[in-house]
Parts: sequence; C-alpha cells; structure tokens
Amino acid sequence: MSITVPDRLRPERASPRLELQAGHSGAVRARMLGQDLVQGARLWRLALTLGWLDIKLRYRGSLLGPFWLTLSTGAMVGTLGVLYATLWQLPVTEYLPFLALSQVLWTFIASVISEGCTGFTSADSIIRSVRMPFFVHAQRLIVRNALVLGHNILVIVAVYAVLRVWPGWWVVFALPGLALWVVDGLAIGMLLGAVCARFRDIPPIVGSLMQIAFFVTPIIWTPKQLGPGRNWMLLGNPFFDVLEVVRAPLLGLAAGSHVWIAALVFSGALCAASWLFMSFARSRIAFWM
Amino acid sequence: MQGNARIDVAGLSVFFPLYHGNSRSLKKTVFAAAAGKLAQDRNRRVVVQALRDISFTLRAGDRLGLIGGNGAGKTTLLRTLAGIYEPVMGRIAVTGSVHALLDPQLGMNPDLSGRENILLRGLYNGLSRPEIARLEEDVRAFAELGDFMELPVRIYSAGMVVRLGFALATAIQPQILLMDEWFMAGDAEFRDKARARLEGMVRGAEILVLSTHMMDVIADWCDRVLWLDQGRIRDDGRPVEVLHRYLGHPLPEKPEPVGA
Repeated sequence: MSITVPDRLRPERASPRLELQAGHSGAVRARMLGQDLVQGARLWRLALTLGWLDIKLRYRGSLLGPFWLTLSTGAMVGTLGVLYATLWQLPVTEYLPFLALSQVLWTFIASVISEGCTGFTSADSIIRSVRMPFFVHAQRLIVRNALVLGHNILVIVAVYAVLRVWPGWWVVFALPGLALWVVDGLAIGMLLGAVCARFRDIPPIVGSLMQIAFFVTPIIWTPKQLGPGRNWMLLGNPFFDVLEVVRAPLLGLAAGSHVWIAALVFSGALCAASWLFMSFARSRIAFWM
Repeated sequence: MQGNARIDVAGLSVFFPLYHGNSRSLKKTVFAAAAGKLAQDRNRRVVVQALRDISFTLRAGDRLGLIGGNGAGKTTLLRTLAGIYEPVMGRIAVTGSVHALLDPQLGMNPDLSGRENILLRGLYNGLSRPEIARLEEDVRAFAELGDFMELPVRIYSAGMVVRLGFALATAIQPQILLMDEWFMAGDAEFRDKARARLEGMVRGAEILVLSTHMMDVIADWCDRVLWLDQGRIRDDGRPVEVLHRYLGHPLPEKPEPVGA
C-alpha cells in the first residue's frame, strides 16, 4: 500500500507571528484584545457558517424547521394581542402591531443575552483545542439570533398585512438602531461569555433579571398607558431606550433624540464594560473551561 | 528545508487555577469579599504548576521530542506553543503557521456531518472556496468515509472518527507541527497508511515538536529531546544521550551509530 500525498494543501500566506507574554500592563492587554477583535472579524465567514449550522442543527429533523418559532410567536401574539386589547380597551389595529413588533424584537434581545451567557462555555471543546479569537464566538451568537429574528419578522409582516397598517419607507430609520444592536450584541457576547465562564452562577441571575426586565419594560404594555407625567418610570431602563430606537421607526414613529442619546450612553457603557473585562479576562478564559 | 519558522520560549511558567465549588460562584466571592476574606482566599487559591521556568529555542529544521511521565507537562507545553494557554510567567514567540495535533476530536462537532466539520476546519484556516473543495476531496479519499460524509459524526464508528480526525488534521501542511502521541495509535490496517501520510507531513514541516512515550519514534524522528519532570526541564540534549539517562539503559533495539 503506497499512499502519497503529493499536493497537500499548503496555503501561501505570510508566516504569522504569535507572541505571548505574561504581562499585566494595560497597554499589552488592550493590544491583545484589539488583535482578537481584528483577527476574529477576519474569520467572519467561519462565524457566519457556525451560526447558520447552529440553526440547522437545532431544527434538524423537524418538518417546519425554524418556522416552528414563527408559528409559536404568531400564536402568542395573536391570542395575547386580542386579549389585552380587550382588557385595556385599546383598538386592536393599534395594539396588535405594537405587541407583535415588541414581542419579536424582545425575543432577539432576550435570547442574545441568555445565550451570551453560554457563548464561551458551550464552545469549550473548540477553545481547548485550537487558538481561535473569542470574537468569533460573539459573532456566531449574533448570526444565530439574527437568523431567528429573520424568521420571526414574518409574524410582523403578517400582522401588518392583515390589519393593513404599513409604516412605509419610514422603516429605513430602524437601520441605525439595528446597527447599534449588532454592536451591543457583540459586546454582550464578549462580556457575558467571559463573566459566565468565570462565575458559573451568573446565568440563572441573568435569567431572573431578564424576567423582571420583560415586565418593567413596555413590551406588553405601551408607554402611553403610563399616563402623563409618569414617563420617569422609564428613566434608567436601558432596555426601553435600546428597544425604542428600532421599534419606533417600524411603527412609523420617530424615536426622539432623548431616546437616542440614552441608548447611545447605555451602549457606550456596555462596550466599555465589555472591553475592560475582556482585556483582563481574555488570556485566562482557556483556563476557566 | 530552509524556512523562517522559529520558536522562542523564555522563562515560561503555566499554572492552572483549581476552582473548587466556591470560587466558581459569584455569590460566594462577593460574600467572602464582604467578610474581608478575599485576600486570604486569593493567596490560598490552589494552583497546579503545570510548567515551571521552561526556556528553549527552536529554528527551522529542528525536531524536538518531549518525554516524561504522565503529568510532566508535555501536553500543556504543546498547548501553550499552540497559543491555547497563555503564559502566566515568561514569554513565548512563535513565527510560522502552527498546527497542533492534540486530540482526535480536535474541536469537531459530533452533531454535524463529516462534510460540515471539514467546511468549518477549512474556514478556520482561512481557505478559499476552491481550497475547501480540495480539502474535502482529500479528506474524503483518505478517511474512506463514502456516504457517511453526509451523516453526523456522532453515528460514526470509533475507527471512522479517528480516520476523519486524522485525515482532517493532516490535510493542511503547517510550518510548525505540534503533535501528541495519540497520532501514533489507531487500528493496525490504518496505521501503515496513516504513518505514510504523517511522515510526509513531518518531513514537510520546518519544526516538529512531538510528545510521546514511544522511544523508537523519538529516536527515529527527533534530533533533540527535552525530558520534562513535574513541569521542569530535567534534561535537554541529543536523543541518544537523553534517552539513555531517561531509560537508565541505552535504547535496546536500534542503537544509534555513534557520532551520527
């Protein structure tokens, strides 16, 4: 048996250089994290494929695939929408689009946060076998949840079509908000991934906080129902502002500059926290697996 | 082979923190801090010193063998050279594309099909689309998977998993090859075929770092041996000398010609 491998793949690339130094200087740590982000971003095709395969795996063998999600979201929005519109004596044509939109967008936010907690720990076999930028795992999280969001958008489209309410070209104003969400999601993936790898009791804490956040944020109830002079109840709730920059344009409204400013401030704080914690934790994560 | 591959290791130490139930918990950590116990806890944190003060340099053409008992730090050193663990003290600098053959699964996802696992590996290595197609063909032919390519790795037989893992791991030629000893194992029929492929890859690599208990492989393939003992370098030199001291007697079967 003579086996020869005449043309083994030998990608012609410049020789990479890996330099690792035990150092505690902030500049070194920041530079290493910057490299992680840059090299991770270069592996976007890998992150895209990983996210796509996650969805494919989750629904492998099921008839409708990810559309099960669309159906269950649709059923929930339909029943709750009619029920609450009746309870609160709101016009269905006004309340149902609001609820559909809020529910679908909130599902994205909530699952980015809860899956962000396991972003690194669930990739432990990769982390322990090859050197891979941690940013790839954060991108994978966003890709996966964006795909789910894409399926759920059908619910919103269906509601708009049935009720014949179209926000029109105004929806393009949701794009800056969505861009902000991508940045926030990546920051969440890095921050929670690292924190939860170190402290294994964080995920349940995050889970219960998210439950509270769901009820104190206008998702099922509308901000208008607070009544005049009680908007202060939304102050300091980052979920409201971050949700609103995407939700308002999709309802044909303007998000308002105060909402945008608050959303940017919260996002900046999140990114800063994520950067600080990751620059400290990055070199240690492999030991935490 | 003339190349620019190079490995520098200076004063490298790696400690593993041993997290018992309490230190994994935020609640316990916060309460300990509140009670003023954190500093004490820090100092008493149990660490395993996997590598201690390791220094060596390898240039293109070097073939290094790592020997030592179980837990001597051989695999940890390979993982550190691969950039998976980062130094706790000291520094490493590795120039050249690195490939680490550490465990047969090597990050394979058992729920994905063989083809999907190959795709992911190709993307990780930054291969273009045609290169990934070639990778797939190469691996499929070598691993003799046939129609199993489309089925999840989970249902493969143990032999098939090893063949796939091996084929995948040896499909891309690196400048620096880090290899753990499981690559010498495998079922008998597969071994000859695997050995031929592996030897091709070892010859093609500019630097080889090999960890094994098989002394004849070290004597055959390596021109330098590090003997690790509890994370320290106990001996460093030409295989014939170090193996003699390690085994307590000269290599039995293949005595190396003196002055080779």
